[in-house]
Amino acid sequence: MRRTGGQIVCEALLRQGVEVVFGLPGGAILPLYQTLPEYPQLRHILVRHEQGAAHAADGYARATGRPGVAWATSGPGATNLVTGIATAHMDSIPIVIITGQVGRDAIGSDAFQETDITGITLPITKHNYLVMNASELPNVIAEAFHIATTGRPGPVLVDIPKDVFQEETEVADTPTINLIGYKPTIKGNDRQIRRAAELIQKAERPIILAGHGVIFSEAYDELRTLAEKTQMPVITTLLGISCFPEDHVLSVGMPGMHGMAYASLAIEESDLLLAVGMRFDDRIIGDPARFATNSKKIHIEIDPSEIGKNISVDVPIVGDAKHILAALLKLAPTKTHPDWVKHITDLKKSHPSLDIRPTDKLLPQFIIKKLSMATNGEAIIVTGVGQHQMWAAQFYTFKNPRSFITSGGAGSMGYEVPGAMGVQVGQPDKTVWSIAGDGGFQMTMCEIATMVENKIPVKIAIINNNFLGMVRQWQQFFYEKSYVATEYSHNPDFVKLAEAFGVLGLRVTKQDQVESAIKQAMEYDGPVIIDFVVEAEENVYPMIPSGQTVHDMIEEPRQTESQPIS
Amino acid sequence: MTTNMDRTITALVQDKPGVLNRITSMFRRRGFNISSLAVGQSEKPNLSRMTFVVQGNNAVVEQLLKNLDKLIDVIKVSAAPNEDVVSRELALIRVSATPDTRKEIVQIADIFRAHIVGVSPDSLIIEVAGDADKMTSMQDLLKGYGLLEVMRTGTIVMHRGKSS
Repeated sequence: MRRTGGQIVCEALLRQGVEVVFGLPGGAILPLYQTLPEYPQLRHILVRHEQGAAHAADGYARATGRPGVAWATSGPGATNLVTGIATAHMDSIPIVIITGQVGRDAIGSDAFQETDITGITLPITKHNYLVMNASELPNVIAEAFHIATTGRPGPVLVDIPKDVFQEETEVADTPTINLIGYKPTIKGNDRQIRRAAELIQKAERPIILAGHGVIFSEAYDELRTLAEKTQMPVITTLLGISCFPEDHVLSVGMPGMHGMAYASLAIEESDLLLAVGMRFDDRIIGDPARFATNSKKIHIEIDPSEIGKNISVDVPIVGDAKHILAALLKLAPTKTHPDWVKHITDLKKSHPSLDIRPTDKLLPQFIIKKLSMATNGEAIIVTGVGQHQMWAAQFYTFKNPRSFITSGGAGSMGYEVPGAMGVQVGQPDKTVWSIAGDGGFQMTMCEIATMVENKIPVKIAIINNNFLGMVRQWQQFFYEKSYVATEYSHNPDFVKLAEAFGVLGLRVTKQDQVESAIKQAMEYDGPVIIDFVVEAEENVYPMIPSGQTVHDMIEEPRQTESQPIS
Repeated sequence: MTTNMDRTITALVQDKPGVLNRITSMFRRRGFNISSLAVGQSEKPNLSRMTFVVQGNNAVVEQLLKNLDKLIDVIKVSAAPNEDVVSRELALIRVSATPDTRKEIVQIADIFRAHIVGVSPDSLIIEVAGDADKMTSMQDLLKGYGLLEVMRTGTIVMHRGKSS
């Protein structure tokens, strides 16, 4: 049958089960847009800025496990996607990006809105394509989805010249995927899995270090059963948060730069680390030469190039976490380590990283704790990057998988609003809270208009300290409190801004207003912005300075006895 | 930690536009240093073979192999063993030659089984094939006469016993 390039793209997306595309039109992609009315089952959400489209597709993918799709026109449309693509690449998020390109004859001539987007995105995509014939489109789109979603997931970009969208061609009924150089390893090596089981048998102070890979492979049950059978306490990386219920007795929380002191100490004291679907990021290991020197290490990881990259390991197992944990579960012994588990409980008491100091001031930690209680730990929390992100990771008690969504590797401020928009589109029945910084919020707040237009009822909690807070904290700790270019002395009135967008705006300045504001927001049918005006110079504790170890950890100075809030 | 040494790596890759760019972009991004690179068609249709010589210890070479293999357009990678391989490079060398020195230069070329492939009143072009050591020692000998221009293709290797 004969089809135009634009029709081929729409039909290929539908074949992949795509239900929604985030995008913004322009000249080069217009032929694709003009075919959209033929495909009403393909929902299009018109964003205000292409960065929002990429972050929304990323949020959609993180919340659902299905690939997200965003598209934009050539030139600035394509370059505006770049931060979103890099964000997805660093955190291995399966998104497929389509960009319009100038016509084939104009490529290389510096034509209007021509940008070499495949060149620009080479190091921040898992793979990318420039499609020079419409007849290649069915296979390219099928390959793009296959590459994005299998193995270690990641973004794939498909750049399509304007006249390729318009070109008519004969297409086959089914696409073929021909990728002879791409065969991800799924099943783990049996001998290595046996060696891992032997190390678990011998270990007296074992720890599981669970990362994002547990969520990608949805190995929640395998992880939990293995932890319970072998009585191994579970530490989750920033992106691993929510892969293991945080109210579980074996949950120890997040380690690293702003992790729980007891989690970092437990890693340091462990004699076995079972690392699953994580990559020993510098925010976790600090100094690679001095990280967890007392432990044997098993590394389960689907990307072979992550093994031995930062940390040398004793038993590498390449493959899918779910398959390998299931195989390991069969061989792993039933064990108990009462002394070790009790020791970690004691560490939690002697290093109470989650206590909030008594004060009349409005502390960000208090707000997150209240939000956690008000939502029973069952909302989906999306954050930006900085102090509020760390407080959200620390003080919210996550109970369900895929409920903590954050830009980890790239650390992209501005993720919180469009990211949450994509999450809510993917999970329309869940309560989605965007915990935002006042800095990051203003980078991408234009997407609130998109939320209003498309009835996407995200609740936004701005943790407003009128500072780029994390940078200010670094200036306080490492630059003698010289606050250069970190204060926002004249932020907009976020409540009036909410009104201007046509959403509910609330301001909270005192502790006793927190609960009622959260309640009011949840009862409101539509997006809400709460401006939480918090203690400005509050710091995130504990902190292990960059490149150092748990021995260099800075914990919160305590003048008075603090207590958990109830 | 092993010491840094020259290691030869071969890769079978898709013969498509942009593949060399993907590979060199990865090398640049990850900080790998290539000392030579040779690219040509392989025995298989639509596939090229690339040969890289890189400096690094075992850990660096292992990372490089894994990162190469991760590229979708790379089909197969291997590190050539240090022994039992045929290693060759081709060089064209333009050397300054006067009527007095021309004969000596031709003799040196003979010793290295090299050929004179171009003659002009004040220079000679020598074509020489061999491993990297031979290239270097020949260049060293010719230095005294005045090296005007050196072009080297980069090393290619083949295992004596089996196909890679």
